Amino acid sequence: MATYQLSINGQSTTVDVQPDTPLLWVVREHIGLTGTKFGCGAGLCGACTVHVDGEAVRSCQTQVSQLAGKKVTTIEGLSANGLHPMQKAWIAEQTPQCGYCQSGQIMQAAALLAKTPKPTRDQIVEHMDGNICRCGTYSRIISAVERASREG
Amino acid sequence: MHDNLNLSRRGVLAGAAGLSFGFAFKLAPQEAAAQAGPAALNAFVRIAADGTVTIVSPAIEMGQGVSTALPLIFAEELDADWSKVVIETAPVAEVYNHPILRTQMVVGSTTLRGYWMAARTAGAQARQVLIDAAAARLNVPASELTTEPNTVVHAGSGRKLSYGEIAASAKAPEKLPEIKPEQLKPVANFRLIGKDVPRRDVEAKSTGRMTYAIDVRVPGLLYGTIARAPVRGSGPTSFNRDELKAVTGIVDAIALDHGVGIVGSTVEAVFVARNKLKAQWRDAPGSKTDSTAAMQAAVDHVRDAKTQGVIGRSVGDANAAFASAAKVHSSEYMTDYVYHAQMEPHTSTASVTSDGVEIWCGTQWPTRARDDAAKAAGVAPDKVKFHLMTMGGGFGRRAFVEYAVDAVLLSKAVGKPVKMLLSREDDVASGRLRPMTAQKIDVALDGTGKITGWRHRIAADTVVPYLYGQARMEAQKGVDHIVMAGSEMPHYDIPAMTAEHIYEERGIRTAAWRGIGSGHNNFAIEAVIDELAQLAGKDPVEYRLAVLKDPRAKKVIERVAEMADWKRKREGRALGIAFAKLGLPPIGFSVAGTVAEVSVDAASGKVKVHNLWCAVDVGLPVQPQNVVAQIEGSLLYALGSAVKERVSIKDGAVEQSNFHDYELIRMSDVPQMHVDIIRSGDIPLPVGELSISGTIPAISNAIFTLTGKRLRHAPFTPDRVKAGLA
Repeated sequence: MATYQLSINGQSTTVDVQPDTPLLWVVREHIGLTGTKFGCGAGLCGACTVHVDGEAVRSCQTQVSQLAGKKVTTIEGLSANGLHPMQKAWIAEQTPQCGYCQSGQIMQAAALLAKTPKPTRDQIVEHMDGNICRCGTYSRIISAVERASREG
Repeated sequence: MHDNLNLSRRGVLAGAAGLSFGFAFKLAPQEAAAQAGPAALNAFVRIAADGTVTIVSPAIEMGQGVSTALPLIFAEELDADWSKVVIETAPVAEVYNHPILRTQMVVGSTTLRGYWMAARTAGAQARQVLIDAAAARLNVPASELTTEPNTVVHAGSGRKLSYGEIAASAKAPEKLPEIKPEQLKPVANFRLIGKDVPRRDVEAKSTGRMTYAIDVRVPGLLYGTIARAPVRGSGPTSFNRDELKAVTGIVDAIALDHGVGIVGSTVEAVFVARNKLKAQWRDAPGSKTDSTAAMQAAVDHVRDAKTQGVIGRSVGDANAAFASAAKVHSSEYMTDYVYHAQMEPHTSTASVTSDGVEIWCGTQWPTRARDDAAKAAGVAPDKVKFHLMTMGGGFGRRAFVEYAVDAVLLSKAVGKPVKMLLSREDDVASGRLRPMTAQKIDVALDGTGKITGWRHRIAADTVVPYLYGQARMEAQKGVDHIVMAGSEMPHYDIPAMTAEHIYEERGIRTAAWRGIGSGHNNFAIEAVIDELAQLAGKDPVEYRLAVLKDPRAKKVIERVAEMADWKRKREGRALGIAFAKLGLPPIGFSVAGTVAEVSVDAASGKVKVHNLWCAVDVGLPVQPQNVVAQIEGSLLYALGSAVKERVSIKDGAVEQSNFHDYELIRMSDVPQMHVDIIRSGDIPLPVGELSISGTIPAISNAIFTLTGKRLRHAPFTPDRVKAGLA
């Protein structure tokens, strides 16, 4: 075991875990930020997506030892005050069904808009293609990203 | 149109906090006797002095929207102010049983249909109690009172009393007033149903705050997983227990009858140990099953008339029809095993103590999960404290509850609360699959080409014995209604038909999969209807309109053809159409017409679906926008099984392991979807699985129109497409 100091959602947190522990389990089970979900454990579904220094990454593929000096943001920390525009759009479009993948979808989408405020539909699809939604809410995800882009 | 789901016992409880209404659905006599007495009266609604209306929803949310839509029905009849309604998930208790299924269970897209009259009647009763109390207080006849949202109104004097005011001081009557169906609110006066209120679960699901079973945190929690034997009925004969226990953080590794349990202080330690597991497994009946060989055997079985199955559906005298047929048309279709792939892997948290069991679990069958958990812990069902959690997808898989039992077994073994969680690889490996099918359809035609007889032979695994037990299978005279679903054809003008199930017992774990049997059976049916159209030299839409007899069925076909601009030719693309239905004669069928616009890349063998049009008649759409979402979702769920998803079996075990080799529909695969709802009647009919069964045949039929080749084995993977077009 080793001690790691992490910056998560703007707060400094210390955890005592194995160096190869996936960030996913650190945020979910050690810290208790359970909005980030476990889907595949192999970087194939995107349910565990968080931001590391603003980039969307799969937390199941990110080891805790790789995070020194980096800022981690989870769905809980996406917006400092109230709802992020992406979350407002998600609600307006009534996007979620079972909802399990949606934290990851929103984190993935928020990273897109941060760099590309006016994405084309093709850019949205390309950026979101690693995130699986088994309920099939994809068309509403696209509508929500477009709405967030429009309404900011 | 009303149904006979009457309420048999009812009661109302008054307390300091306001009024609580309880009602019990019609029960079998033995159940009613067992529940006699006030303890059986669980509250469905509470009205607080501040006007807050708490509605207890007996159905569990897995994405289908019932946690909003079912309370909405109650609130409609109560004339509740929706903004003052708070929704609670019911505990596991008999009074919350599904009125048709007679158990607490969410399957078959029957939740709203099942609770429809019960919820309306109970809401109307609660409203009448408030009116009667207001009448006493205002000293006017109850007949002069009406309601507005959360308010009783006396029009004559202009006086009004809020529900909260009434509830704060009203005396509860001995007995709830009787409400006859004709006393219910006229459908034309609905102000909530059919108007699209926002789903109550959406904000929590957009902020990470929704709590699923996987998110449960309790003091002293350990983590666990189960490596289930690769083959049903197998278990470990030996495994490297010492090596697993030596992994840092591992508390114990436990031999179970059906697998190996691993418990540790962290989830990561448990998965590290899981990956080190080396076990020997005892042989089981399915240990040699190979899906390629099994499919060939199944094809042989449907072809060999001497191999007789169980007749699950029968109308008229099919044998006579074939004996006198001028022509018999025969055709064969196949579908592979498919996996549910609910995004939340199987998980439950259990705490077994000397007092009983506390369990946190998302399940489509709470009653069974509670009873099985009790049995595993060795306690009575009433010693189980069950927390019903929102499900990260269900799709039929979570009607099986072995993952609840597994959590109990691990907690019992280590004497601490355990969160049992499967890796995705173990979720796939222990998947309970939709049966693999080989199907043959024979059609008897008379001299004019009219269909006079229909014989559908389905060689497939069984599901009912594993989901419901062998006793129920026998009580149903061997008819596996899950496998046979969709083989009935009441909407077509076919005077004589049989549908027959040839059991293929391969030792494979099976389950209900979204759409159950209709997903595979309707592929064969609607592809054969297309073949018959071709044989008759008719357009597939015109032919269906000629052979369908049900007006609602004709209407969805007409509507979807119009939506898709059916007659318009597309360069490099073609359209295919299919009819689909979902339901049962006693509850009614919803119906759908689906058109797929498809192109095929001959070089790669890739099928691309560009557009899907779907016209649905679901009776009364309670939440129309949610109906559209469910239809779109199930079109895509089925699209996966049409072009990508397949499980293969070798040595009895699933060969796939994660989403790299069990590929799901991703955003880049998604066609433009166009859904139109036709409203008919005043009862909500099945929605959530309706559009599963039209997708595969519509795609298959489109590929035929485009290429002249009929693909008969779903999914239409690139290798099969290339072989099929060659």
